Amino acid sequence: MLGKPLVSIISAGLSRFGKIKGISGRELFVEAAKEAFERCTALDPKKDIQALIIGQMSESFEHQGHIAPIISDWTGLLPTPAVRTEVACASSAAALRLGILAILSGFYDIVMVGGVEKMTERTTAEATEYLAMAADFPFEQWNGVTFPGLFALMATAHMHKYRTTEEQMAMVAVKNHHNATMNPKAHMQKEVTVDQVLGSKMIAQPLKLYDCSLISDGAACAILARPEIASKYTGNPVHIIGSGHGSDTAGLYERESLTSMRAIKLATKEAYRMANVKPEDINVAEVHDCFTIAEIIAYEDLDFCAPGKGGKLMKDGTTMIGGEIPANTSGGLKAKGHPIGATGIAQLYEVFLQLTGQAEKRQVENCEIGLTQNLGGSGSSCFVHIYRRG
Amino acid sequence: MEVGLLALFTYTGEDEMLEDAPFTIEQFYKFIGEKKLMAAKCNKCDTLLVPPRPLCMRCFSTDFSWVELKNRGKLLTYTVIYIAPPQFQSDTPYAYGIIELEDGPRLPGMIRNMKPEEIRVGMELVVDFDVATPQNWPQWPRYFFRPS
Repeated sequence: MLGKPLVSIISAGLSRFGKIKGISGRELFVEAAKEAFERCTALDPKKDIQALIIGQMSESFEHQGHIAPIISDWTGLLPTPAVRTEVACASSAAALRLGILAILSGFYDIVMVGGVEKMTERTTAEATEYLAMAADFPFEQWNGVTFPGLFALMATAHMHKYRTTEEQMAMVAVKNHHNATMNPKAHMQKEVTVDQVLGSKMIAQPLKLYDCSLISDGAACAILARPEIASKYTGNPVHIIGSGHGSDTAGLYERESLTSMRAIKLATKEAYRMANVKPEDINVAEVHDCFTIAEIIAYEDLDFCAPGKGGKLMKDGTTMIGGEIPANTSGGLKAKGHPIGATGIAQLYEVFLQLTGQAEKRQVENCEIGLTQNLGGSGSSCFVHIYRRG
Repeated sequence: MEVGLLALFTYTGEDEMLEDAPFTIEQFYKFIGEKKLMAAKCNKCDTLLVPPRPLCMRCFSTDFSWVELKNRGKLLTYTVIYIAPPQFQSDTPYAYGIIELEDGPRLPGMIRNMKPEEIRVGMELVVDFDVATPQNWPQWPRYFFRPS
C-alpha cells in the first residue's frame, strides 16, 4: 500500500522562465503566485495562507537580501509571516520540505512554498562567481573551481570508471531540449542535436556549453494544505507521500565517491520508504540536470538503474516521453531553465501538471506517481519527493 | 632585561612552535607559506584532517597534533576550466584536479606546469607552493600540483 498523504498540493504556479529583461525577482514571483491563486478560486489567499517559505540561493544577483517578507508583501499576503530557505540549488525543495513539516507539526493548515532567482542581469563571470559560493571556499573556490568544473570532475571520474561517453551526456541535452519545445514556459524551446552539443564551446572539460543548464530568471510556487481539508479547495489535488533529505560535505574532494552522491542516495531511501514505492512505480520524474552528467548520476542514485548504467539508460530511451520513466518532461534545468531558487518548486509544478493531466503536448499517459529530485551544490544537499494523483 | 625576556619568548624549538599553532584553516595556509603541507592528526582516532578542524568529525575529539604530509599524490580526476570567475579569468584555460595524497587525505587544486592534453587520471603529481601573497582577501598563499 502507498504511504499516506503528508500534505496535499491544492494549487501551483510558475512564471515564464528565461532572460526576462526589466522584471525583478519579486515581480516574477507575483506572476507565479497569480497563477496559483487563479487556479484555486475556493481559496482566499489573504485569509487562508498562514505562512510563506521562499527559497532563494543568492542575494548577490539583485543586491537584495531578506526576500521573504518582500514576497509576502508583493503577493498581497502581508502580514502573513515569511521566511527564506537557502541550500544552494535546492533552496526551494528545502522550502517544500519545511512546508510539509510545518503542516505536519500542526502549526498551520495551509502554507505557500516557492522560490525565485533573477540571474540574467549579471555577466557570465559574475554569475559564475556567485554560483561558486555554494562550493567550499578555503579549498575549492580559493583554488579557482567553478560549478561546471565540479561536475566536470565527476564526469571525468564517471567516464574513467564506467566508460560513460560524451555522446551519452549529449543525449541528455538532446532529450531535454526536445521536451522543452513542448513547454511554452521553457527558457530555450529549441531542439539541439548530439553534434551541436559535442561541437559547442568548452566550459569545463569534458562539459561543453550544451551540457550546462541555463542561467535564467524565474519563480515558482505551490500551495500546500493539510490533506483532510484539501477537498474544500480542489477536486483535483496531488498528494505528497514521501519526502527525503540528505546532506554531505561542502567539498567534493572530501567525499568517498566522485561518481555517486551520498546525499541523493540518502534522500531517495527516505522518500521511497515513506511513500512505500519502488523505482519501477515512478511514472514521471523531474531530476536535477544542472549538467548532463548530473542527470546520468541521478538515474543511478535514484535506483532507476545500476551504478555506471546511467549513460546506457539514457541511450536506451527509457527516460524519454513514451519510455518507462520519462525524466524531465518539462525540459529540465537544461532547457526549461535553472533560476536556482525556483528550481525545486518548478520541478514540483511539472509533476503537478503531469499528475493532474494538464501537461498538454508533453503529457505522459497513465500518470499516477511522480518524483522530484533537487540537488544543492555539488551534492552537499539533496531532496527527493514522491507524489501521487489525488 | 627586556631584551632577555624577548629572546626567551622568541627562542623556542620547532616542536613547541607546532604545539602553539592553532588547528585552523588560517594556520594550514600559514604553513603553506612556509612550503609545508600539514595535517592535524586526531590523537584519539588517528584520522588525518585536511583541513584541520576544531572537532574531529569521526570521534568528536578536540585533541590534535600537527604532522607534515608527504607532498606526493595520485590524480583521481581533473578538468580544464575555460569559463572562470573574474579573479581567475586571466588564467583560463587552467587545469584543476583532486589528488589523493600518499598519506591518505585528498586535496583539490590547480594543476600547473603541464599541457592539459598530457594530464591523465591516475598519474603521480607533487604538491608545490606559490608563496606570493595574493592581493584579494583572505590573502592565503597557494599550493598547486605539478608533475614530479
